[in-house]
Amino acid sequence: MAAQLRELRQKIRATKSIGKITKAMELIATSRISRAQARVQASRPYADEITDVLSALAGAASNLDDPLLTERENPRRAAVLVVTSDKGLCGGYNANVLRATEELLALLREQGKEPVIYVIGGKGVNYFRFRGREIAASWTGFSDQPHYENGAAAGEALVEAFLAGADDEGDRPGPDGVLGVDELHVVYTEFKSMLSQTPTARRVAPLEVEYSEETPETILPAYDFEPSAETLLRALLPKYINTRIFAALLESAASELAARRTAMKSASDNASELVDTYTRMANQARQAQITQEISEIVGGADALSGAGSDG
Amino acid sequence: MAENSAMSVELVAVERRLWSGQATFVVAQTTEGEIGVLPGHEPVLGQLAEGGIVKVTTTDGDTVTAAVHGGFLSITGDKVSVLAESADLGEEIDIDAARRALSGEDEAERTRASARLRAAGHSV
Repeated sequence: MAAQLRELRQKIRATKSIGKITKAMELIATSRISRAQARVQASRPYADEITDVLSALAGAASNLDDPLLTERENPRRAAVLVVTSDKGLCGGYNANVLRATEELLALLREQGKEPVIYVIGGKGVNYFRFRGREIAASWTGFSDQPHYENGAAAGEALVEAFLAGADDEGDRPGPDGVLGVDELHVVYTEFKSMLSQTPTARRVAPLEVEYSEETPETILPAYDFEPSAETLLRALLPKYINTRIFAALLESAASELAARRTAMKSASDNASELVDTYTRMANQARQAQITQEISEIVGGADALSGAGSDG
Repeated sequence: MAENSAMSVELVAVERRLWSGQATFVVAQTTEGEIGVLPGHEPVLGQLAEGGIVKVTTTDGDTVTAAVHGGFLSITGDKVSVLAESADLGEEIDIDAARRALSGEDEAERTRASARLRAAGHSV
C-alpha cells in the first residue's frame, strides 16, 4: 500500500519535471517563430526584385538557351533536395516531408528518371543512412536559423551537378567525366499558418521563368545591359536558384518551429493531465491507506475488548 | 525639374532590406566600371563588382554608404534597385573586425573587408 503511494508520488514528480521541459521548449519555439516569420518577410523584397530583373532580362536576351532554362530532351537523372530539421521533438514535421519525398522519388522512378538525393538537416541524413541509401551530399547544423550562405552552398552544389549533367549520354558521364543530373527538385515544408504546414515539392531547374502577371500591356523599359544580357543572365540564374533554395530554407525553419510548438504544447498538456490523474490516484491510495489503518485499529480494539469481556 | 529631381532607391540584401527612400544621386561599381545615376537615367541592368561600395545621396543631402558584395543594379525610370548578395551599411560596420579580416588569408574575405572599410569612410 505504502509502496504504491510512493510510486505514484515519484511518477508525479517525474511527469512534472518533464512538463517543465516541454513547456520551456514550447515557449522557446513560440518566441522564435515570430523571428523566423520576420525573416521570411525580410527576404521577400530581394526575391521580388530578382524576379522582376529576371523577367526583364528574359524579355530582352535574344536567345534563351541558357542551360538552366532549357528542358533536356531525355532526362535520366533528377536531383532531389530534401529540407528536414536537425533536431526531433517537432511532431510529424520530418515524417511528413520525408513522406512527400518518397512520393516524389516514386514518381520520378515511374517517369524513368533515377533520383539523386541531397539532404539538408540531420534527421533526413539519419533517415536515408539508416535505410542504407546513398546521399549525394548533405548539409546540417542550421535548420532552425538558416543563413543565405547555407542556402547558397547547397544551391551551388546543385547547379554544378546540373550543369555537369548537360553533356551526359544516357547513364554514362559525358566528356567532362562527371555524372550530373538533368533536373533539380526541392522538397520543403511550406508555412501556411501556426497550425498548418504542408510539405511541398517544387522543380527549380530547368527554370520556368515566371513573368510577373500584373499589367502585361506596359512596355518593358528598353534596358541597357552592363555586361551583355546573356552574360548577366548566366550570372543571375544561379543566384535566382540560390534565392529559391534560401526561401525554402526559411519557410522550412518557420514550419519546423511551428510544428515543434504544437508538439510541445500537446506534450505539456498531456503532462499536466497525467499529473492530475496521478494526484487523484495518489490521494485515493493515501485515503485507502488511512481507512485501512483505522479499520485495523478499530478491529484490534474490538478484538482486545472482546477478549477482556470473555475473561 | 520638379518631377525629375528625385528617384526612389532600394538597397536590398538577401536577408533584409537595408535602406529605401528618395535620393538624388547614386554611385555604384559594376563589373564594367563605375556608374553614376541621376534621376531620369535610362534603364540599365548591371552586374555589381565584388567588394564594391554604393553611395546614395538622399534628397535631404545625407549620404548613405554601403559595402556591397556581388549582386545586381537595376535602373528603371524613376527607380533604382541595388540587389546585393550581402551588404553592410557604412554605419553598421565593425571597423576592428574588418581591419583584422584585411590581414587574413582568404582572398575574397580581404576584398570584402576592404570594401567594408571604404564604406565606413576609412582609408585602406
